Amino acid sequence: MNNPHPTIATRPAAVFDDSRRTAPHVTIRGLTKHYEDTAIYDRFDFDIPRGKLISVFGPNGCGKSTLINMIAGLVPMDDGEVLFDGRPLKQVKFGYVFQNYREALFPWLRAFDNIAYPLKLMGLAKGERDARVERLSTHLGVKIDLALYPYQLSGGQQQLVSIMRALIVEPEILFLDEPFSALDYEMTLFMRDQLQRVFMETATTMVLVSHDLEEAVYLSDYVLLLSRAPARVVEFVPYAAPRPRSDKTISEPDFVATKAHCLRLFQQEVQRG
Amino acid sequence: MKKAKALLPLIGVAILLTAWELVSALKLVDPVLLPSPFATFRTLWEGMTSGKLGADFLKTVVRTIASTAIAAGIAIPLGILLGASERVYRSVEFLIDFFRSTPASAMFPLFLVLFGVGDRTKVSVAAFGAALVILFNVAYGVMNARKTRLLAAKVMGASPTRVLFDVMLLESLPQTFVGLRNGVSLALVIIVVAEMFIGSTDGLGQRVFEAQQLFDMPGMYAAIFAAGALGYSLNLLFLLIENRFVHWAGR
Repeated sequence: MNNPHPTIATRPAAVFDDSRRTAPHVTIRGLTKHYEDTAIYDRFDFDIPRGKLISVFGPNGCGKSTLINMIAGLVPMDDGEVLFDGRPLKQVKFGYVFQNYREALFPWLRAFDNIAYPLKLMGLAKGERDARVERLSTHLGVKIDLALYPYQLSGGQQQLVSIMRALIVEPEILFLDEPFSALDYEMTLFMRDQLQRVFMETATTMVLVSHDLEEAVYLSDYVLLLSRAPARVVEFVPYAAPRPRSDKTISEPDFVATKAHCLRLFQQEVQRG
Repeated sequence: MKKAKALLPLIGVAILLTAWELVSALKLVDPVLLPSPFATFRTLWEGMTSGKLGADFLKTVVRTIASTAIAAGIAIPLGILLGASERVYRSVEFLIDFFRSTPASAMFPLFLVLFGVGDRTKVSVAAFGAALVILFNVAYGVMNARKTRLLAAKVMGASPTRVLFDVMLLESLPQTFVGLRNGVSLALVIIVVAEMFIGSTDGLGQRVFEAQQLFDMPGMYAAIFAAGALGYSLNLLFLLIENRFVHWAGR
């Protein structure tokens, strides 16, 4: 574990026995999905490791987002099985962060109440909800006025509120679908480091879909490179640079080599089609 | 600067009043047909404060509000129900569009047979017209709810009922208010027309019509201005409510 502060002691993962700590978190077996006549996934198998941040990267239209959407139950799969520590999705607390934060947040609720909304769905009392939002906010060191409405916040702040809303249920796993691609470059850099902090603080398993290779490598422990449809795993590239990573990381030989390696594989895939 | 900008709308009013005053002072139009602005506004003031005009004004307000309230009470829940399923809405869309396009005034004779001469006919024809406008807008508001927002609620574990009340309903609010504003305007039009013709003894429509019959031109203009002020205020009222409750609209 990279995490020097195992702070959220109530993380659901902590209740499992230790043998599970090394076992994969999510097992995907025989995943099949067709769009009209095209097979996007054909008997796709994959294991998502626990407590790691993995990026999903691949050619356009290979179904990067479809993959996490199927795992998170947003898009039905034609066939196959996805289990979280042997349990189906219904029994799992998970978070999902959309690319389009503007449409994903509820503009009629203040940022604070947006974050608390999943707790309301769980039936928690107001006092408990408020306490948990306060705790998360302090824990992450968030410097946003949460009494404002989403439309009064900047794009990055809105996406941070989205991420907090996904984290408030203390999810076992967090899915992020190109979370920063609607932000300007300055905000993207800032948000990458925010996400890295969140990851270091919570050690939640994260699956990030990205169309930016630099971002994919910079943030992740592994880059999952997918082929053209029907998607298979081209390579599951590890990247073990210590955290916190910074702009210096990007010029280190290890980073450059990993990125170049991924790019080569990616271009091979693109040319193949 | 800002103050000057706020005064801009008054320029049009000033131009109209000056032109009117000139035309009436120079007697370019027969004074019997066009009284001076001063005489007209004095009649308006006296009528509203102590004469019959105030009572008629109130009658029309009550009828318009009543018909809009009835229309909203029926059309909002029905619109949500129809809009929640696009298939259901598509199956009745033609009917809604057809009756929405039918001039509500053409329904007077039918409603007279159903409800007899009196307030019930006026209010129900106006409610009928307004309800279709509101229904159409609410249903579209619900159908056009942002997909991502519905998915976000679903992915957080909201049941279909929660999605309906926590997301769809609020998503449709801006469009609902568009419907309400159009609805109340239409209701006022229908009420005023009904007051003119079908055996009415009061209301702004009746006031305008009676003044014209008696050749009381200042009285007629005063009643027209009263009706205009009413329509404008109703629209403004709904806009204020909208800005208060749908603060996120268009942002």
